[in-house]
Amino acid sequence: MDLSLLPDGGVGWLDASGAHSDIVLSTRIRLARNVEGYAFTGRARDGERLRVLSQVREAVGSVSSLHQSVMYRLDELPPTARALLHERHLVSKELAGLDSQHPLRTGAAVFLADGLGVMVNEEDHLRLQALRSGFALQEAFAAIDKLDRDLGARLPYSFHNEFGFLTACPTNVGTGMRGSVLIHLPGLVLTKEIGKVLASLQQMGLTYRGLYGEGSEVVGNFFQISNQTTLGRSEEELLDQLLRVVGHVVEREAEARRVLLRDAGYIIEDKLWRAYGTLRYARSLTFDEAMNYLSGVRLAVGLKLISTLSVYTLNKLLIFSQAAHLAFAEGRALTESETNLARARYVRKALEEEAGSVG
Amino acid sequence: MLCDSCRERDAEVHLTTIENNAVHQVHLCDRCAAERGIETPAAMPKHPLGEFLHAAHEQAAAPTDSARCTFCSTTMADFRATGRWGCARCYSNFEAGIRELLRRVHGNHRHVGRAYNVPMSETLERAAVLGELKDRLRRAVESEQFELAADLRDRIRVME
Repeated sequence: MDLSLLPDGGVGWLDASGAHSDIVLSTRIRLARNVEGYAFTGRARDGERLRVLSQVREAVGSVSSLHQSVMYRLDELPPTARALLHERHLVSKELAGLDSQHPLRTGAAVFLADGLGVMVNEEDHLRLQALRSGFALQEAFAAIDKLDRDLGARLPYSFHNEFGFLTACPTNVGTGMRGSVLIHLPGLVLTKEIGKVLASLQQMGLTYRGLYGEGSEVVGNFFQISNQTTLGRSEEELLDQLLRVVGHVVEREAEARRVLLRDAGYIIEDKLWRAYGTLRYARSLTFDEAMNYLSGVRLAVGLKLISTLSVYTLNKLLIFSQAAHLAFAEGRALTESETNLARARYVRKALEEEAGSVG
Repeated sequence: MLCDSCRERDAEVHLTTIENNAVHQVHLCDRCAAERGIETPAAMPKHPLGEFLHAAHEQAAAPTDSARCTFCSTTMADFRATGRWGCARCYSNFEAGIRELLRRVHGNHRHVGRAYNVPMSETLERAAVLGELKDRLRRAVESEQFELAADLRDRIRVME
Protein backbone atom coordinates (compact mmCIF):
# COMPACT_ATOMS: atom_id res chain seq x y z
CA MET A 1 0.00 0.00 0.00
CA ASP A 2 1.33 3.41 -0.93
CA LEU A 3 0.36 5.89 1.75
CA SER A 4 2.26 8.65 -0.02
CA LEU A 5 -0.68 8.74 -2.42
CA LEU A 6 -2.72 10.33 0.33
CA PRO A 7 -2.82 14.11 0.01
CA ASP A 8 -1.55 14.64 3.55
CA GLY A 9 -0.80 11.09 4.60
CA GLY A 10 -4.35 11.22 5.92
CA VAL A 11 -3.08 12.87 9.05
CA GLY A 12 -3.51 16.56 8.25
CA TRP A 13 -5.70 16.73 11.34
CA LEU A 14 -2.60 16.24 13.50
CA ASP A 15 -1.22 19.64 12.66
CA ALA A 16 -2.58 21.26 15.83
CA SER A 17 -3.83 24.26 13.88
CA GLY A 18 -7.39 24.45 15.18
CA ALA A 19 -8.82 26.28 18.18
CA HIS A 20 -7.81 25.05 21.68
CA SER A 21 -5.47 22.53 20.10
CA ASP A 22 -3.61 21.90 23.37
CA ILE A 23 -6.87 20.53 24.86
CA VAL A 24 -8.89 19.46 21.81
CA LEU A 25 -7.00 17.21 19.40
CA SER A 26 -9.51 16.83 16.65
CA THR A 27 -13.11 17.20 15.58
CA ARG A 28 -14.90 14.59 13.54
CA ILE A 29 -18.38 14.51 12.07
CA ARG A 30 -19.73 11.44 10.40
CA LEU A 31 -22.93 10.81 8.50
CA ALA A 32 -24.40 7.33 8.04
CA ARG A 33 -26.14 6.80 4.69
CA ASN A 34 -27.47 3.83 2.77
CA VAL A 35 -28.00 3.40 -0.93
CA GLU A 36 -31.58 2.58 -1.95
CA GLY A 37 -32.21 -0.78 -3.58
CA TYR A 38 -29.81 -2.99 -1.65
CA ALA A 39 -29.96 -4.79 1.67
CA PHE A 40 -27.84 -3.11 4.35
CA THR A 41 -24.20 -4.23 4.40
CA GLY A 42 -24.57 -6.87 7.11
CA ARG A 43 -27.43 -8.55 5.27
CA ALA A 44 -26.17 -8.02 1.71
CA ARG A 45 -24.49 -10.66 -0.45
CA ASP A 46 -20.97 -10.13 -1.80
CA GLY A 47 -22.36 -9.24 -5.23
CA GLU A 48 -24.65 -6.56 -3.77
CA ARG A 49 -21.81 -4.99 -1.83
CA LEU A 50 -19.65 -4.92 -4.96
CA ARG A 51 -22.47 -3.22 -6.87
CA VAL A 52 -22.83 -0.66 -4.09
CA LEU A 53 -19.10 -0.01 -4.35
CA SER A 54 -19.15 0.46 -8.12
CA GLN A 55 -22.14 2.80 -7.88
CA VAL A 56 -20.43 4.83 -5.17
CA ARG A 57 -17.20 4.92 -7.12
CA GLU A 58 -19.00 6.33 -10.13
CA ALA A 59 -20.68 9.00 -8.02
CA VAL A 60 -17.42 9.91 -6.23
CA GLY A 61 -15.79 10.48 -9.63
CA SER A 62 -17.96 13.52 -10.26
CA VAL A 63 -17.87 15.05 -6.78
CA SER A 64 -15.49 18.01 -6.70
CA SER A 65 -14.34 17.65 -3.07
CA LEU A 66 -13.30 14.05 -3.82
CA HIS A 67 -11.56 14.70 -7.13
CA GLN A 68 -8.15 14.14 -5.62
CA SER A 69 -9.28 11.26 -3.47
CA VAL A 70 -7.49 7.93 -3.23
CA MET A 71 -9.40 4.68 -2.92
CA TYR A 72 -8.22 1.69 -0.92
CA ARG A 73 -9.96 -1.65 -1.20
CA LEU A 74 -9.68 -2.94 2.36
CA ASP A 75 -10.61 -6.42 1.16
CA GLU A 76 -7.45 -6.45 -0.97
CA LEU A 77 -5.04 -5.13 1.66
CA PRO A 78 -2.90 -7.17 4.06
CA PRO A 79 -3.71 -6.90 7.79
CA THR A 80 -0.84 -4.49 8.64
CA ALA A 81 -1.94 -2.00 6.00
CA ARG A 82 -5.50 -2.20 7.28
CA ALA A 83 -4.29 -1.70 10.84
CA LEU A 84 -2.26 1.31 9.68
CA LEU A 85 -5.34 3.01 8.22
CA HIS A 86 -7.24 2.24 11.40
CA GLU A 87 -4.47 3.66 13.60
CA ARG A 88 -4.68 6.87 11.57
CA HIS A 89 -8.38 7.04 12.40
CA LEU A 90 -9.18 6.85 8.68
CA VAL A 91 -11.22 3.64 8.80
CA SER A 92 -13.17 1.97 11.57
CA LYS A 93 -12.11 -1.28 13.16
CA GLU A 94 -15.15 -2.94 11.62
CA LEU A 95 -14.36 -1.79 8.07
CA ALA A 96 -10.72 -2.84 8.47
CA GLY A 97 -11.88 -6.33 9.46
CA LEU A 98 -9.90 -6.09 12.70
CA ASP A 99 -12.95 -6.57 14.87
CA SER A 100 -13.42 -10.23 15.77
CA GLN A 101 -17.20 -9.88 15.49
CA HIS A 102 -17.03 -8.56 11.95
CA PRO A 103 -14.79 -10.40 9.52
CA LEU A 104 -13.38 -8.43 6.58
CA ARG A 105 -16.14 -7.94 3.99
CA THR A 106 -15.93 -8.20 0.25
CA GLY A 107 -16.34 -4.70 -1.15
CA ALA A 108 -15.04 -2.91 1.96
CA ALA A 109 -13.36 0.25 0.70
CA VAL A 110 -12.50 3.81 1.64
CA PHE A 111 -12.09 7.00 -0.38
CA LEU A 112 -9.76 9.49 1.26
CA ALA A 113 -9.19 13.14 0.43
CA ASP A 114 -7.87 16.08 2.40
CA GLY A 115 -9.77 15.87 5.71
CA LEU A 116 -12.62 13.90 4.14
CA GLY A 117 -13.36 10.22 3.93
CA VAL A 118 -16.04 7.92 2.60
CA MET A 119 -16.14 4.40 4.03
CA VAL A 120 -18.05 1.98 1.82
CA ASN A 121 -19.71 -1.18 3.13
CA GLU A 122 -19.20 -0.37 6.77
CA GLU A 123 -22.23 -1.18 8.94
CA ASP A 124 -24.04 1.23 6.62
CA HIS A 125 -23.28 1.42 2.90
CA LEU A 126 -21.74 4.83 3.41
CA ARG A 127 -20.07 6.47 6.33
CA LEU A 128 -19.01 9.96 5.30
CA GLN A 129 -16.60 11.70 7.60
CA ALA A 130 -14.88 15.02 7.96
CA LEU A 131 -11.89 15.33 10.24
CA ARG A 132 -10.41 18.62 11.41
CA SER A 133 -7.61 19.63 13.74
CA GLY A 134 -8.62 21.21 17.06
CA PHE A 135 -12.13 22.31 18.00
CA ALA A 136 -13.76 22.98 14.63
CA LEU A 137 -17.32 21.68 14.55
CA GLN A 138 -18.75 24.29 12.16
CA GLU A 139 -15.92 23.90 9.71
CA ALA A 140 -16.20 20.13 9.75
CA PHE A 141 -19.96 20.32 9.30
CA ALA A 142 -19.68 22.68 6.32
CA ALA A 143 -17.33 20.21 4.62
CA ILE A 144 -19.37 17.10 5.37
CA ASP A 145 -22.70 18.73 4.48
CA LYS A 146 -21.40 19.74 1.06
CA LEU A 147 -20.01 16.27 0.42
CA ASP A 148 -23.31 14.74 1.54
CA ARG A 149 -25.38 16.96 -0.79
CA ASP A 150 -23.04 16.28 -3.71
CA LEU A 151 -23.10 12.52 -3.20
CA GLY A 152 -26.82 12.46 -2.42
CA ALA A 153 -27.53 14.11 -5.77
CA ARG A 154 -25.76 11.27 -7.54
CA LEU A 155 -26.83 8.34 -5.38
CA PRO A 156 -30.32 7.53 -4.12
CA TYR A 157 -30.07 7.51 -0.32
CA SER A 158 -32.56 5.54 1.75
CA PHE A 159 -34.77 8.20 3.31
CA HIS A 160 -38.07 7.97 5.15
CA ASN A 161 -40.29 11.04 5.49
CA GLU A 162 -40.98 10.42 9.15
CA PHE A 163 -37.81 8.67 10.35
CA GLY A 164 -35.23 10.48 8.21
CA PHE A 165 -32.09 8.81 6.90
CA LEU A 166 -32.38 5.06 7.46
CA THR A 167 -29.52 3.13 9.01
CA ALA A 168 -28.79 -0.46 10.00
CA CYS A 169 -28.65 0.42 13.68
CA PRO A 170 -31.67 2.29 15.07
CA THR A 171 -29.39 4.47 17.21
CA ASN A 172 -28.20 6.27 14.06
CA VAL A 173 -31.56 6.88 12.36
CA GLY A 174 -32.69 10.41 11.55
CA THR A 175 -29.81 12.71 10.81
CA GLY A 176 -27.39 9.78 10.78
CA MET A 177 -24.99 12.26 12.27
CA ARG A 178 -22.45 11.74 15.01
CA GLY A 179 -20.27 14.72 15.86
CA SER A 180 -17.35 13.93 18.11
CA VAL A 181 -14.57 15.87 19.69
CA LEU A 182 -11.36 14.18 20.84
CA ILE A 183 -10.36 15.96 24.00
CA HIS A 184 -7.52 15.65 26.51
CA LEU A 185 -8.66 16.10 30.11
CA PRO A 186 -5.75 15.37 32.48
CA GLY A 187 -6.59 18.39 34.65
CA LEU A 188 -10.10 17.14 35.37
CA VAL A 189 -8.79 13.63 36.02
CA LEU A 190 -6.09 14.83 38.43
CA THR A 191 -8.48 17.11 40.31
CA LYS A 192 -11.01 14.23 40.43
CA GLU A 193 -13.66 16.37 38.77
CA ILE A 194 -13.94 14.11 35.77
CA GLY A 195 -16.67 11.85 37.17
CA LYS A 196 -19.04 14.77 37.62
CA VAL A 197 -18.26 16.13 34.18
CA LEU A 198 -18.85 12.78 32.47
CA ALA A 199 -22.10 12.21 34.37
CA SER A 200 -23.37 15.63 33.33
CA LEU A 201 -22.62 14.82 29.68
CA GLN A 202 -25.24 12.09 29.77
CA GLN A 203 -27.86 14.43 31.09
CA MET A 204 -27.15 16.75 28.18
CA GLY A 205 -27.79 14.00 25.62
CA LEU A 206 -24.09 13.47 25.00
CA THR A 207 -21.89 10.47 25.55
CA TYR A 208 -18.17 9.71 25.73
CA ARG A 209 -15.87 7.00 24.49
CA GLY A 210 -12.16 6.22 24.34
CA LEU A 211 -9.56 7.16 21.75
CA TYR A 212 -10.87 4.78 19.11
CA GLY A 213 -14.57 5.39 19.42
CA GLU A 214 -17.23 2.87 20.26
CA GLY A 215 -16.16 0.13 22.62
CA SER A 216 -12.65 1.50 23.11
CA GLU A 217 -11.20 2.19 26.52
CA VAL A 218 -10.21 5.53 27.89
CA VAL A 219 -6.43 5.71 27.81
CA GLY A 220 -4.04 8.62 28.34
CA ASN A 221 -6.91 10.84 29.56
CA PHE A 222 -8.26 11.14 26.02
CA PHE A 223 -12.03 11.23 25.71
CA GLN A 224 -14.24 11.39 22.66
CA ILE A 225 -17.36 13.37 23.40
CA SER A 226 -20.24 12.97 20.98
CA ASN A 227 -24.00 13.34 20.59
CA GLN A 228 -25.98 10.34 21.81
CA THR A 229 -29.21 10.78 19.86
CA THR A 230 -29.59 11.41 16.15
CA LEU A 231 -33.35 11.75 15.76
CA GLY A 232 -35.82 14.46 16.72
CA ARG A 233 -33.39 17.33 16.52
CA SER A 234 -31.82 19.02 13.52
CA GLU A 235 -28.16 18.71 12.61
CA GLU A 236 -27.64 22.32 13.70
CA GLU A 237 -29.33 21.78 17.07
CA LEU A 238 -27.31 18.64 17.75
CA LEU A 239 -24.03 20.35 16.87
CA ASP A 240 -24.96 23.45 18.79
CA GLN A 241 -25.48 21.41 21.92
CA LEU A 242 -22.16 19.62 21.41
CA LEU A 243 -20.42 22.93 20.77
CA ARG A 244 -21.77 24.51 23.93
CA VAL A 245 -21.10 21.54 26.20
CA VAL A 246 -17.59 20.85 24.88
CA GLY A 247 -16.83 24.57 25.15
CA HIS A 248 -17.85 24.35 28.78
CA VAL A 249 -15.72 21.22 29.34
CA VAL A 250 -12.71 23.00 27.79
CA GLU A 251 -13.22 25.87 30.23
CA ARG A 252 -13.45 23.51 33.19
CA GLU A 253 -10.29 21.71 32.06
CA ALA A 254 -8.45 25.03 31.79
CA GLU A 255 -9.71 25.98 35.26
CA ALA A 256 -8.60 22.60 36.69
CA ARG A 257 -5.14 23.16 35.23
CA ARG A 258 -4.93 26.58 36.88
CA VAL A 259 -5.98 25.07 40.21
CA LEU A 260 -3.38 22.31 39.89
CA LEU A 261 -0.59 24.78 39.24
CA ARG A 262 -1.71 27.04 42.06
CA ASP A 263 -2.27 24.40 44.74
CA ALA A 264 0.19 21.69 43.80
CA GLY A 265 2.62 23.41 41.49
CA TYR A 266 5.81 21.60 42.41
CA ILE A 267 4.15 18.17 42.71
CA ILE A 268 2.65 18.53 39.25
CA GLU A 269 5.86 19.87 37.80
CA ASP A 270 7.82 16.96 39.24
CA LYS A 271 5.28 14.42 38.01
CA LEU A 272 5.24 15.80 34.47
CA TRP A 273 9.01 16.03 34.19
CA ARG A 274 9.23 12.43 35.36
CA ALA A 275 6.86 11.49 32.54
CA TYR A 276 9.07 13.37 30.11
CA GLY A 277 12.19 11.72 31.54
CA THR A 278 10.69 8.27 31.16
CA LEU A 279 9.75 8.86 27.54
CA ARG A 280 13.14 10.41 26.82
CA TYR A 281 15.17 7.50 28.24
CA ALA A 282 13.03 4.36 28.55
CA ARG A 283 14.14 1.35 26.51
CA SER A 284 10.78 -0.39 26.38
CA LEU A 285 7.31 1.12 26.46
CA THR A 286 3.90 -0.54 26.29
CA PHE A 287 1.16 1.32 24.42
CA ASP A 288 -0.70 2.25 27.61
CA GLU A 289 2.50 3.47 29.26
CA ALA A 290 3.39 5.59 26.28
CA MET A 291 -0.14 7.05 26.19
CA ASN A 292 -0.09 7.91 29.87
CA TYR A 293 3.35 9.53 29.81
CA LEU A 294 2.48 11.37 26.60
CA SER A 295 -0.60 12.63 28.40
CA GLY A 296 1.68 14.03 31.13
CA VAL A 297 4.04 15.65 28.66
CA ARG A 298 1.10 17.08 26.73
CA LEU A 299 -0.15 18.65 29.94
CA ALA A 300 3.34 20.02 30.65
CA VAL A 301 3.37 21.65 27.19
CA GLY A 302 -0.13 23.05 27.79
CA LEU A 303 1.02 24.51 31.12
CA LYS A 304 4.09 25.95 29.40
CA LEU A 305 6.41 23.99 31.70
CA ILE A 306 8.00 22.55 28.59
CA SER A 307 8.24 25.11 25.86
CA THR A 308 10.38 23.59 23.14
CA LEU A 309 8.09 20.71 22.29
CA SER A 310 5.26 21.29 19.84
CA VAL A 311 1.74 19.94 20.12
CA TYR A 312 2.19 18.72 16.57
CA THR A 313 5.07 16.46 17.63
CA LEU A 314 2.97 15.08 20.48
CA ASN A 315 0.06 14.40 18.13
CA LYS A 316 2.37 12.62 15.73
CA LEU A 317 3.76 10.51 18.57
CA LEU A 318 0.26 9.36 19.48
CA ILE A 319 -0.27 7.98 16.00
CA PHE A 320 3.19 6.82 14.97
CA SER A 321 4.00 4.97 18.20
CA GLN A 322 1.19 2.48 17.61
CA ALA A 323 1.95 -1.14 16.79
CA ALA A 324 1.11 -1.19 13.07
CA HIS A 325 3.01 2.05 12.46
CA LEU A 326 6.09 0.69 14.20
CA ALA A 327 5.89 -2.55 12.22
CA PHE A 328 5.47 -0.53 9.02
CA ALA A 329 8.52 1.61 9.86
CA GLU A 330 10.60 -1.47 10.66
CA GLY A 331 9.38 -3.16 7.50
CA ARG A 332 8.40 -6.41 9.22
CA ALA A 333 6.00 -7.95 11.71
CA LEU A 334 7.06 -7.41 15.34
CA THR A 335 6.41 -9.46 18.45
CA GLU A 336 4.93 -7.66 21.43
CA SER A 337 8.28 -7.15 23.15
CA GLU A 338 9.90 -6.02 19.90
CA THR A 339 7.05 -3.54 19.49
CA ASN A 340 7.69 -2.15 22.97
CA LEU A 341 11.40 -1.77 22.18
CA ALA A 342 10.67 -0.13 18.83
CA ARG A 343 8.16 2.20 20.48
CA ALA A 344 10.66 3.38 23.08
CA ARG A 345 13.28 3.88 20.36
CA TYR A 346 10.87 5.87 18.20
CA VAL A 347 9.70 8.10 21.05
CA ARG A 348 13.29 8.67 22.25
CA LYS A 349 14.41 9.73 18.80
CA ALA A 350 11.47 12.07 18.24
CA LEU A 351 12.03 13.78 21.60
CA GLU A 352 15.78 13.98 21.05
CA GLU A 353 15.23 15.76 17.75
CA GLU A 354 13.10 18.40 19.41
CA ALA A 355 15.00 18.47 22.69
CA GLY A 356 17.21 21.49 22.05
CA SER A 357 17.24 23.44 25.26
CA VAL A 358 14.55 21.51 27.08
CA GLY A 359 14.91 21.65 30.85
CA MET B 1 -23.63 -6.95 31.10
CA LEU B 2 -23.90 -8.24 34.68
CA CYS B 3 -23.63 -6.12 37.77
CA ASP B 4 -20.01 -6.01 39.04
CA SER B 5 -21.23 -6.31 42.61
CA CYS B 6 -23.94 -9.01 42.80
CA ARG B 7 -23.23 -10.68 39.43
CA GLU B 8 -26.91 -11.56 39.30
CA ARG B 9 -28.78 -8.71 37.71
CA ASP B 10 -28.08 -6.64 34.62
CA ALA B 11 -25.91 -3.60 35.19
CA GLU B 12 -27.94 -0.41 34.72
CA VAL B 13 -25.61 2.16 36.22
CA HIS B 14 -22.24 2.76 34.60
CA LEU B 15 -20.00 4.71 36.85
CA THR B 16 -16.65 6.26 36.09
CA THR B 17 -14.35 6.63 39.08
CA ILE B 18 -10.80 7.80 39.41
CA GLU B 19 -8.29 6.00 41.57
CA ASN B 20 -4.59 6.75 41.47
CA ASN B 21 -5.15 8.95 38.45
CA ALA B 22 -6.53 6.05 36.45
CA VAL B 23 -10.08 5.99 35.19
CA HIS B 24 -12.09 2.93 36.23
CA GLN B 25 -15.52 1.93 35.10
CA VAL B 26 -17.92 0.21 37.46
CA HIS B 27 -21.14 -1.34 36.25
CA LEU B 28 -23.89 -1.85 38.79
CA CYS B 29 -27.51 -2.90 38.83
CA ASP B 30 -30.03 -0.41 40.24
CA ARG B 31 -30.25 -2.20 43.60
CA CYS B 32 -26.51 -2.43 44.20
CA ALA B 33 -26.14 1.17 43.06
CA ALA B 34 -28.82 2.23 45.53
CA GLU B 35 -27.08 0.23 48.27
CA ARG B 36 -23.93 2.21 47.69
CA GLY B 37 -25.86 5.44 47.82
CA ILE B 38 -25.35 6.22 44.17
CA GLU B 39 -28.12 8.34 42.78
CA THR B 40 -29.88 6.99 39.76
CA PRO B 41 -32.04 9.86 38.59
CA ALA B 42 -34.80 8.79 36.25
CA ALA B 43 -33.76 11.61 33.94
CA MET B 44 -30.50 9.86 33.23
CA PRO B 45 -30.92 7.85 30.05
CA LYS B 46 -29.97 4.22 30.29
CA HIS B 47 -28.17 2.62 27.42
CA PRO B 48 -30.66 3.34 24.63
CA LEU B 49 -30.15 0.24 22.55
CA GLY B 50 -30.44 -1.97 25.63
CA GLU B 51 -33.88 -0.60 26.34
CA PHE B 52 -34.74 -0.82 22.71
CA LEU B 53 -33.81 -4.48 22.52
CA HIS B 54 -35.65 -5.14 25.74
CA ALA B 55 -38.77 -3.58 24.27
CA ALA B 56 -38.25 -5.60 21.11
CA HIS B 57 -38.03 -8.67 23.29
CA GLU B 58 -41.36 -7.91 24.92
CA GLN B 59 -42.89 -7.61 21.51
CA ALA B 60 -41.70 -11.11 20.78
CA ALA B 61 -44.90 -12.52 22.21
CA ALA B 62 -46.92 -10.60 19.66
CA PRO B 63 -48.23 -12.60 16.70
CA THR B 64 -46.39 -10.24 14.32
CA ASP B 65 -43.16 -11.90 15.40
CA SER B 66 -43.17 -14.32 12.52
CA ALA B 67 -43.52 -11.48 10.01
CA ARG B 68 -40.66 -11.16 7.57
CA CYS B 69 -39.43 -8.09 5.75
CA THR B 70 -40.67 -8.43 2.18
CA PHE B 71 -37.35 -7.26 0.77
CA CYS B 72 -34.59 -8.84 2.86
CA SER B 73 -36.64 -11.37 4.90
CA THR B 74 -35.29 -10.11 8.21
CA THR B 75 -37.55 -11.02 11.15
CA MET B 76 -37.94 -9.44 14.57
CA ALA B 77 -35.99 -12.41 15.92
CA ASP B 78 -33.07 -11.50 13.61
CA PHE B 79 -33.24 -7.94 14.83
CA ARG B 80 -33.19 -9.05 18.45
CA ALA B 81 -30.13 -11.18 17.79
CA THR B 82 -28.09 -8.51 15.98
CA GLY B 83 -29.59 -5.15 16.92
CA ARG B 84 -29.48 -4.28 13.22
CA TRP B 85 -32.19 -4.00 10.57
CA GLY B 86 -31.58 -5.78 7.28
CA CYS B 87 -32.61 -3.08 4.83
CA ALA B 88 -34.44 0.22 4.41
CA ARG B 89 -37.70 -1.62 3.72
CA CYS B 90 -37.66 -3.08 7.24
CA TYR B 91 -38.57 0.41 8.47
CA SER B 92 -41.84 0.26 6.51
CA ASN B 93 -42.55 -3.39 7.22
CA PHE B 94 -42.14 -3.02 10.97
CA GLU B 95 -43.22 0.60 11.03
CA ALA B 96 -45.59 0.65 14.01
CA GLY B 97 -43.16 -1.18 16.28
CA ILE B 98 -40.22 0.87 15.08
CA ARG B 99 -42.02 4.15 15.78
CA GLU B 100 -42.55 3.14 19.39
CA LEU B 101 -39.01 1.86 19.74
CA LEU B 102 -37.39 4.94 18.20
CA ARG B 103 -39.29 6.98 20.76
CA ARG B 104 -37.57 4.98 23.49
CA VAL B 105 -34.12 5.28 21.93
CA HIS B 106 -34.17 8.94 20.90
CA GLY B 107 -37.07 10.30 22.92
CA ASN B 108 -38.65 11.08 19.56
CA HIS B 109 -39.64 9.41 16.33
CA ARG B 110 -39.87 12.33 13.96
CA HIS B 111 -36.92 13.46 11.89
CA VAL B 112 -36.64 17.24 11.91
CA GLY B 113 -33.22 17.52 10.32
CA ARG B 114 -32.32 17.92 6.71
CA ALA B 115 -34.95 16.75 4.23
CA TYR B 116 -33.87 14.76 1.24
CA ASN B 117 -35.28 14.12 -2.21
CA VAL B 118 -34.08 11.14 -4.16
CA PRO B 119 -32.48 12.37 -7.40
CA MET B 120 -34.20 11.86 -10.76
CA SER B 121 -34.16 8.26 -11.88
CA GLU B 122 -32.65 8.87 -15.37
CA THR B 123 -29.60 10.47 -13.77
CA LEU B 124 -29.27 7.53 -11.45
CA GLU B 125 -29.76 4.90 -14.06
CA ARG B 126 -27.14 6.50 -16.24
CA ALA B 127 -24.74 6.66 -13.29
CA ALA B 128 -25.39 3.03 -12.39
CA VAL B 129 -24.83 1.82 -15.96
CA LEU B 130 -21.67 3.90 -16.28
CA GLY B 131 -20.35 2.49 -13.02
CA GLU B 132 -21.03 -1.04 -14.20
CA LEU B 133 -19.38 -0.41 -17.60
CA LYS B 134 -16.30 1.12 -15.99
CA ASP B 135 -16.04 -1.84 -13.67
CA ARG B 136 -16.20 -4.24 -16.59
CA LEU B 137 -13.61 -2.15 -18.45
CA ARG B 138 -11.23 -2.38 -15.51
CA ARG B 139 -11.67 -6.15 -15.36
CA ALA B 140 -11.23 -6.47 -19.13
CA VAL B 141 -7.96 -4.51 -19.00
CA GLU B 142 -6.75 -6.55 -16.05
CA SER B 143 -7.44 -9.79 -17.87
CA GLU B 144 -5.95 -8.39 -21.11
CA GLN B 145 -9.18 -8.75 -23.11
CA PHE B 146 -8.31 -5.74 -25.21
CA GLU B 147 -11.01 -6.10 -27.84
CA LEU B 148 -13.71 -6.15 -25.19
CA ALA B 149 -11.99 -3.24 -23.44
CA ALA B 150 -12.02 -1.13 -26.61
CA ASP B 151 -15.71 -1.86 -27.09
CA LEU B 152 -16.51 -0.95 -23.50
CA ARG B 153 -14.45 2.23 -23.78
CA ASP B 154 -16.50 3.29 -26.82
CA ARG B 155 -19.77 2.68 -25.00
CA ILE B 156 -18.56 4.70 -22.01
CA ARG B 157 -17.47 7.55 -24.31
CA VAL B 158 -20.91 7.71 -25.90
CA MET B 159 -22.61 7.88 -22.51
CA GLU B 160 -20.29 10.50 -21.12
